[in-house]
Amino acid sequence: MTEKLLQVNSVSRSFGDLQAVKDLTMQVRGGEIFGLMGPDGAGKTTLMRIICGALLPDTGEVLVNGISMNKSPDQARSEIGYLSQRFSMYEDLTVLENLRFFAEVRGLAADVWRPRTLEILDFVGLGEFTGRLAGRLSGGMKQKLGLAASLVHRPRLLLLDEPTGGVDPVTRQDFWQLLIRLVREEHVGVLVSTPYMDEAVRCTYVGMMAAGSLVLEGPPSELRNALEGQILQLRGAPLLAWRRAAANLPDVLDIQVSGTYLHLRVAPGRARAVTRALKQLARERGLSLETLAPTDPLLEDVFNAAIVDHVSTEGLYQINGVQHD
Amino acid sequence: MIQRLRSIIRKEFIQIRRDPRTLGLIIIIPVMQLFLLGYAATNDIRNVAMAVYDLDKSEESRSLVQAYSNAEYFQVIEYVSSEEELQTLIEYGDARVGLLIPPDYSHDLNAGQTAQIGFVIDGSDPSIAKTALSSAQLIGQAYGASIQEERLVRNGMGGINFQPVEVRTQVWYNPTLEDAYFMVPGIVGMVLFTLTSMVTANSIVRERERGTIEQLIVTPIRPWEMVLGKMVPYVILAFINTGEVLLIGSLWFGVPIRGSLLLVFGLSGVFLMTSLGIGLLASTIASTQQEAMMIVYMIFLPSVFLSGFFFPIQAMPKVLQWISYGIPLRYYMSIIRALLLKGVGLPAIQTDVTLLALFGLGLLIIASVRFRKRLD
Repeated sequence: MTEKLLQVNSVSRSFGDLQAVKDLTMQVRGGEIFGLMGPDGAGKTTLMRIICGALLPDTGEVLVNGISMNKSPDQARSEIGYLSQRFSMYEDLTVLENLRFFAEVRGLAADVWRPRTLEILDFVGLGEFTGRLAGRLSGGMKQKLGLAASLVHRPRLLLLDEPTGGVDPVTRQDFWQLLIRLVREEHVGVLVSTPYMDEAVRCTYVGMMAAGSLVLEGPPSELRNALEGQILQLRGAPLLAWRRAAANLPDVLDIQVSGTYLHLRVAPGRARAVTRALKQLARERGLSLETLAPTDPLLEDVFNAAIVDHVSTEGLYQINGVQHD
Repeated sequence: MIQRLRSIIRKEFIQIRRDPRTLGLIIIIPVMQLFLLGYAATNDIRNVAMAVYDLDKSEESRSLVQAYSNAEYFQVIEYVSSEEELQTLIEYGDARVGLLIPPDYSHDLNAGQTAQIGFVIDGSDPSIAKTALSSAQLIGQAYGASIQEERLVRNGMGGINFQPVEVRTQVWYNPTLEDAYFMVPGIVGMVLFTLTSMVTANSIVRERERGTIEQLIVTPIRPWEMVLGKMVPYVILAFINTGEVLLIGSLWFGVPIRGSLLLVFGLSGVFLMTSLGIGLLASTIASTQQEAMMIVYMIFLPSVFLSGFFFPIQAMPKVLQWISYGIPLRYYMSIIRALLLKGVGLPAIQTDVTLLALFGLGLLIIASVRFRKRLD
């Protein structure tokens, strides 16, 4: 459980003026699902590509199961299974032909890849579709084929770059079940990037990336605890007027609208003061207020807090997908 | 390494098989080109439509017209009765040339004077006009000479050799001057060039375009293994095409294959290095298959026109002649024509072969270096 399958040590990488990854350090252990969260453009894909050796870092080092990606890329890559964001199987090859090709070019002999392939296809639920052209598979099945191909050589570390992007919710559910079973049965380490906050809860460990850095990391439950007592839920009408009013309060750091609720993050220890101020506003401006109470922090709150703080301290431009008035 | 290469080659073959339309095109296009160019791209001009305006209407004038139509170059389509009519026929394109015989033609001829005739040629298509012009003069001169001889005989001076010099021409390698002899070897070069460069560029760019390269990157496949693995199937196809064109060329068009077939295929292989290199280079520049096609096409056009495929290099302006030295197809054209038509051995074409091989190596090296960079 404690072996470090992946070590990323102070890795940086720039594209021209843009620093996509900044002095980033992280680890993934066996049996762990490390969720890499963050808005588009945070540098998740660049980091993934550096880890699998498709991009060279400007500085820093990547070790896969203790093997340096810089020094012996082939050996390091043989420990990695990689599922890219885009479907990367040959559409004009059948399921089995695809797996055979990727197994053979990784040096697996026929008596190794044949049983392994059948085992994996059964595992992901494609056992009946070996003869089907990959291009004729549904979106979810394509994703499973990609997963199967990345597992065919029994890698210790699995890199999944937004594997559930553009896939329907049922298939997403399915995919995560597979992943959790995989970690339990084969004791691999998984690094998975995803833009979906709800998927973070399924990870054993999450890291939040913003503007090329890991701004926050830890087990999901611990992260949530950090914001205990800082989140208020407000229900009232008109919601837009409430939103404007709340934004004017200096102690309100962040506002999220979710359905008929406002989700307010307030400065530490200021929950009571904000509650009092909002109630006063309701009287003064004649706004109706149904509920106003502290609530359990969501991971979204944690990430938004981390990003807003990070951006304000680093003085960076506003990041996509984060609202702060 | 060998296993990886074998897997890539097998994968490419499966993909070729799964795309029967493309495979069909690869097999059919050379045959189409062969028949199109073998027949359509001909400079043989025969049976040019001729209108005759005969004002003399004598036995002598009819015999002159007969002399022109006997030669197969001209075909009398109409006798006209006015100059306007002649002009209309040429304007409408019904006639390409007009023969004008003045009213005093037979009179002058019988009086021993020089009789004049007029010959009008539609110059809007220079290649027809040139042939018409020279054949009109030749026929006229020959006819004049025969009249001269007749006169001499009539005057009792027969048997005198009135022609001091006689040029006896002999055309080697292509005695009947068949255009197909010239075109067919050229088509071999064109087919090899288009097929290999376009298909190589496309099949590599496709890996990038479809995202499969992402998965290839995390495998131990080396860039050169991928390139070689992709090339092998298409080189085999290219050789099949070569055989196809040569077979039809010799059976249908009667083009001789005088040189050694081994040399033909071997040197075609050398030429393939250059077109594979060009295809590979295009794939490192292009990011979509369309772009790759455009780039290859950009190289293809000047190659076809400056290689001597259609137009003789010697007839080009000096600048274009210099540029043509930078076109690999040029060397292959002269090699393959020499091999097929003249049946020469290696010594006669060694300069072209050496330059072609250098080009091939250079292109492949540059392309591989660039290709490696794009993968990282």
